[in-house]
Amino acid sequence: MLEAYLPILLFIIVGLGMGVVLITVGFVLGPHRPNDEKLSPYECGFEAFEDSRMKFDVRYYLVAILFIIFDLEIAFLFPWAIVLDEIGLFGFGAMAVFLGILLIGFLYEWKKGALEWE
Amino acid sequence: MAELIELVWILTKIGAILGPLILSVAYLTYAERKIIGWIQNRNGPNRVGPMGLLQPFADVFKLMFKEVVLPSNANRFLFLVAPLLSLMPALAAWAVIPFGAGLVLTDINAGLLYVLAMTSLGVYGVILAGWAANSKYSMLGAMRSAAQIVSYEIAMGFALVGVLMAAGTMNMSGIVQSQAGPIWNWFWLPLLPLFVVYWISGVAETNRAPFDVAEGESEIVAGFHVEYSGVAFAVFFLAEYANMILISGLAVILFMGGWYSPFHGLPVLGPVFDLVPDLVWFVIKVAGFLYLYLWFRATFPRYRYDQIMRLGWKVLIPVTVVWLVVLALMILAGFGPWFD
Repeated sequence: MLEAYLPILLFIIVGLGMGVVLITVGFVLGPHRPNDEKLSPYECGFEAFEDSRMKFDVRYYLVAILFIIFDLEIAFLFPWAIVLDEIGLFGFGAMAVFLGILLIGFLYEWKKGALEWE
Repeated sequence: MAELIELVWILTKIGAILGPLILSVAYLTYAERKIIGWIQNRNGPNRVGPMGLLQPFADVFKLMFKEVVLPSNANRFLFLVAPLLSLMPALAAWAVIPFGAGLVLTDINAGLLYVLAMTSLGVYGVILAGWAANSKYSMLGAMRSAAQIVSYEIAMGFALVGVLMAAGTMNMSGIVQSQAGPIWNWFWLPLLPLFVVYWISGVAETNRAPFDVAEGESEIVAGFHVEYSGVAFAVFFLAEYANMILISGLAVILFMGGWYSPFHGLPVLGPVFDLVPDLVWFVIKVAGFLYLYLWFRATFPRYRYDQIMRLGWKVLIPVTVVWLVVLALMILAGFGPWFD
């Protein structure tokens, strides 16, 4: 069973290797004439105003949290979806309860405005 | 010795997938410029080689001989690792894609889960590239891009759950085989809302127009890879286009009957069209979806960011949840001809 994953491991290594080779080729073939102006951050021609590691909008954080919750939900749905035929109506009911609880959470977020970007 | 031969054989097969894939990426960029050109009533690239066919190679060689700029404020190691992290999953996901009956590198049971994991990994490359460059535009682009990818991944995940319910297996070949039959037997019909949601989120996941605010060339100029140049930029470009092909390939496998001809199983037409090799059908269908990508880009204006987030969370996710319930009831009721 596990040996079926060997090609995947090799593929990942080959994929990484391709990236490494490409970038190395770029370093070898390309010119190297750095100067201060060239290496400064690009801001449409102006000097950079302040540090770029700045404060950011809390909504990005909210989206990330919601993603974790919903991704977990999907992780629970996957095995259920595959065996739905065997578990029948009882399995369907159980998942309906689970989805219902998460739906209440989702509605709460919606009403609270966690999904608003204006 | 036997192990070594086995290893070489696997590497040969990987090469047989990667070579055509890279070539497709090259010619997808050519097709994009050509087709959008025609849509806008002009000729695309037509100077390098006959009909401009050597244009992609000219572009690649140009990028190779450009300087790779390492910005002074950048975190150098992460700056160089980021493109690798976005290229690797875009390529490695192809390990489980079946191109025809039995024509797959490795037929693992959890194929779909693996593909989902790989497409999720791409977001690390984006966020790392944006952060490591230490530039305001790339930081903003990375945040937008990551939040968008992550949001649409939920909708896409739900759509995939529908496919799993219909197919009853995570194995990619198994999913295709459960659609065996003519075109109305494929999952696009019973899962039509999920198919639409999948395709819209697929376009959004790859940050393509009309969902390309992360790139926003008129404000944050290319977003997370604004500081990248030369080959480092080419690697991001390669990853983006490989991802487009991957999303199209998945659409074909999950909803459009994979390698089956549209007449499979019909009395007279079926055997005739089955003479065409599996691979050809697969490629034709994938090309159709890729054309949609290009068509969208030439047709739709860009969404606003708040509209993108609203579409993802408030439209696509509710639609999928409702259809999952409908689908579960259809399956439990043995709704023919798909689920009996």
